[in-house]
Amino acid sequence: MHEFGIAETIVQTALDAARAHGAARVDVVRVRIGDLSGVVEEALRFAFESIADGTPAGGARLEIERAPVRCYCSSCGVEFATAPLDYQCPACGAISGDVRGGREMDLVSIEVS
Amino acid sequence: MCDHCGCSTPAPHAHGHAHDHDHSHAHDHDEERKTIALHQSLMAKNDRLAEQNRGFFKGRGILALNLVSSPGSGKTALIEATLRALKDEFRMATIVGDLATDNDARRLRAAGAPAIQITTGAVCHLDAHMVQHALEDLGDAPVDILFIENVGNLVCPSSFDLGERLRVVVTSVTEGEDKPLKYPAIFQNADAVVVNKIDLADAVGFARETALANLKAAAPRARLFEISARTGAGLDAWHAFLREHAPRRPAQPREAG
Ligand SMILES: Nc1nc2c(ncn2[C@@H]2O[C@H](COP(=O)(O)OP(=O)(O)OP(=O)(O)O)[C@@H](O)[C@H]2O)c(=O)[nH]1
Ligand SMILES: [Mg+2]
Ligand SMILES: [Zn+2]
Ligand SMILES: [Zn+2]
Repeated sequence: MHEFGIAETIVQTALDAARAHGAARVDVVRVRIGDLSGVVEEALRFAFESIADGTPAGGARLEIERAPVRCYCSSCGVEFATAPLDYQCPACGAISGDVRGGREMDLVSIEVS
Repeated sequence: MCDHCGCSTPAPHAHGHAHDHDHSHAHDHDEERKTIALHQSLMAKNDRLAEQNRGFFKGRGILALNLVSSPGSGKTALIEATLRALKDEFRMATIVGDLATDNDARRLRAAGAPAIQITTGAVCHLDAHMVQHALEDLGDAPVDILFIENVGNLVCPSSFDLGERLRVVVTSVTEGEDKPLKYPAIFQNADAVVVNKIDLADAVGFARETALANLKAAAPRARLFEISARTGAGLDAWHAFLREHAPRRPAQPREAG
């Protein structure tokens, strides 16, 4: 599973940023994960804990914010929030092939001390 | 080192503030804590390399396809059949990801195209970096269509842009009609979905209407092809799709006279 690769990037980036700010440890890590990212939250938490363990990010709290699927309907000219597999515009019923959100895998911020 | 404040004591100690050592510095955790905004994509590195690959393909006039599927749906069989059918029309090459063996690469070479093997080991998907190295091996050989066969897996490859122009999901009638509903991420932005092994449809009691309805819901952008890589049924439409997107060869002027 590639949750391990993602967690590695999270921990490495967090540690680099903490060091650059002269902080000794990372207390909180905030990520934003889209509902269409394919990332399994439990797998990500497990991978994060394992990889952070023994580093200055060991025991840090991982806060996961979900990003909903967002589609654009070109007939109505609106963007709507929805869920995976439901790409139908609530206003006109057309199926949108234009997904503009939901694939996010972002490291938003960290708290250090 | 103290786990909470970073002071240099050797062992972790309880932090309800019954310190068993003296702190020589003022010490208020709430004030010491600070937030660092990062706002960066965890896929940034892959996405950057994928853009480089895309530029490479564009510069060379190569149509690159990324073929993904569950193990055994027929990616290699589809590419083999296509190589054989279109060999006089296009210059084609392949890059093939496999966990351990080079069987697929050998099959593709036997079908008449250069095949660059990427052995991924424990990694269950190709990424843009691996493809970049494979492209070095491709050298200067002129190519119209490059087939990149991903590792058999419907989850991880959905996150890794390789720089391809078209992403093709291959599925087969033996896999059950609800496959697209189980893997929404990979189907949602597929440019094409190929339903393979239709020669087995009757034998396995394939519920065609249900399957197509599920595919349309899960893959709203995709062109759908029902084919048999074994018998060749339905491949004409697939070839036409490739012709639509492939670069025109300078050797064959579009209009005569
Ligand atoms: N009956 C039938 N069998 C097929 C068809 N296409 C492929 N197969 C068989 O299905 C098996 C898997 O085909 P492959 O082409 O190796 O599938 P793949 O997706 O490349 O498999 P991996 O690379 O291992 O993920 C082989 O035994 C093929 O002969 C088809 O259209 N009809
Ligand atoms: Mg194969
Ligand atoms: Zn993977
Ligand atoms: Zn609409």
